[in-house]
Amino acid sequence: MSSLDPIDRRIVEATQAGLPFEARPYHAVAEKIGIEADELMARLRRMLEKGVIRRIGAVPNHYALGWTANGMSVWDVEDDALPALGPEVGGLPFVSHCYRRPRKPPLWPYNLFAMVHGRQADEVTAKVEQIARLLGPASRRHDVLTSTRILKKTGLRL
Amino acid sequence: MDATDRRLVNALQGGFPVAERPFAEIGAELGLSEQETIARLATLRGLGTLSRFGPMFDAERLGGAVTLCAMQVPEERFDEVTDIVNAFDEVAHNYARNHELNMWFVLAVGDPGQIDKVVARIEEATGLVVLNLPKLDEYFLELKLSA
Repeated sequence: MSSLDPIDRRIVEATQAGLPFEARPYHAVAEKIGIEADELMARLRRMLEKGVIRRIGAVPNHYALGWTANGMSVWDVEDDALPALGPEVGGLPFVSHCYRRPRKPPLWPYNLFAMVHGRQADEVTAKVEQIARLLGPASRRHDVLTSTRILKKTGLRL
Repeated sequence: MDATDRRLVNALQGGFPVAERPFAEIGAELGLSEQETIARLATLRGLGTLSRFGPMFDAERLGGAVTLCAMQVPEERFDEVTDIVNAFDEVAHNYARNHELNMWFVLAVGDPGQIDKVVARIEEATGLVVLNLPKLDEYFLELKLSA
């Protein structure tokens, strides 16, 4: 947390649970932490520019929207091909999170993770096949892990 | 959720303005009054259709660290190990998955130096090996689920 000054820190604390549903939400937050609304908005814009804030907006609960099926697809992609192919996979409309992670052989040979969403399980299967076609021979093997149970979900406390 | 709610949720995925009257601005794009925009969004949030509304912070740029870990837990120890792992405050999410590596959890810490220490403590507490799979590169753009 060292990169934030104390006021930014308070802004994070005051807004990480969400913005208030009021006509002037930033004024309400500014008042709560004891700064001017203009300063709060300027700091938010700066944090957006620096990427400390990815964006300000709404996160739909995909279950509530009917996107009830998902699968963590994992791929063993040739390292040299990944910088070009990774962004293509991440750019697919049904892929939410897409990361390169280390392989841990022998148990874990995969270096690309792409979370795939669909309205039904067979839709997820079809979309995984679409990724397989996109990756072509650069992917040596893949698997799809589905969650069978949520054991804990508290969210990130920063 | 009606057609107007859907348009509203889709419009917000592109970003909520930093402005004095942001709900009025978003509403104006869709032909809604400020009051109706606020009321609809508050209802969607209250019902859980929106799981979050506000700034999305990047944990790493805030100075913290997040990583994904996986463990191979013997079936007969699954519940016991679940309790041990979940008792760590640093464990934000934990999922059972259909693979030999059957337990997958996310660690979130305020100081990146803590990751290795927490992994070691979980290994010690469970007697099992934890595979630490930190993100090395990121390829996603946005969550683009159409509402």
